[in-house]
Amino acid sequence: MLMEELLSVKYDVISGDFIRGGEASSNLKKLLNQLGIRSDVVKRICVACYEAEMNIVIHSVGGYIQAKIYNDRIEIIAYDNGPGIPDIELAMQEGYSTASEIAREMGFGGGMGLPNIKRSSDEFYITSEVGKYTKLKIIIYFD
Amino acid sequence: MQLSMIKDLLNAEVLCNEDMLCMETFSAFASDLMSDVLALSCKETILITGLTNIQTIRTAEMLDIKCIIFVRNKKPDNNVIQFAKEKGICLLATSYTMFTTCGILYCNGIKGADMC
Ligand SMILES: Nc1ncnc2c1ncn2[C@@H]1O[C@H](COP(=O)(O)OP(=O)(O)OP(=O)(O)O)[C@@H](O)[C@H]1O
Ligand SMILES: [Mg+2]
Repeated sequence: MLMEELLSVKYDVISGDFIRGGEASSNLKKLLNQLGIRSDVVKRICVACYEAEMNIVIHSVGGYIQAKIYNDRIEIIAYDNGPGIPDIELAMQEGYSTASEIAREMGFGGGMGLPNIKRSSDEFYITSEVGKYTKLKIIIYFD
Repeated sequence: MQLSMIKDLLNAEVLCNEDMLCMETFSAFASDLMSDVLALSCKETILITGLTNIQTIRTAEMLDIKCIIFVRNKKPDNNVIQFAKEKGICLLATSYTMFTTCGILYCNGIKGADMC
């Protein structure tokens, strides 16, 4: 079976930009639909990607979303340049949130994003260093 | 139930994509918290909300939600309506509160999205 990377895309994500926040996930959705990926799988990928993208918008100084598409799966890296997460175990708990008032007014801050990303993905890895970065790696298989 | 019937039941105004009113729906989800909406795994649903910003439209886009009902006379800005139009999402606005909107639809056979 071929395991080569077919396609790689990278989108910058800007801190605090609630207007354009979500555009990376939207572009990815278009791409996946064009590739003919099953719609329920596309939905899972896009929910995970959008949650990760909005976390960069809301909680970080900015970063990027990179998606690598293989024959059988997609690998998404959501990377930002800090401030990092001091306690990952706590951040992964449903309901835990440090979201700003602005983010809450937009409907975010339920503390559901990270658990939802984990639930939506087949493999999920999160690493972070305070003052430096947060990195999520999400793998979802196409069937 | 067709969206046109929902429109009539709620005395709703169609803000965009009127041509989608013949679409059928069987379930709905109501929330002002996009965090909750995103945690939905339901196949086909519509969204009832009081939140009118662009991220409501983005959330619907990600979840393939084809119709959003704004309650209590809340209407999004024109650029948000335009955005929804481009994304192929039908927007309705009703003067009923969220509770009453849900009650009317439930009484007429629309199920909660958690049951589908
Ligand atoms: N990229 C990030 N950089 C720094 N902190 C983060 C990042 N992502 C998440 N966090 C921290 O983890 C917490 C939980 O994140 P999670 O996505 O689960 O919830 P939320 O973003 O606060 O709310 P929701 O996702 O429901 O809108 C955040 O409130 C924040 O403190
Ligand atoms: Mg989040």
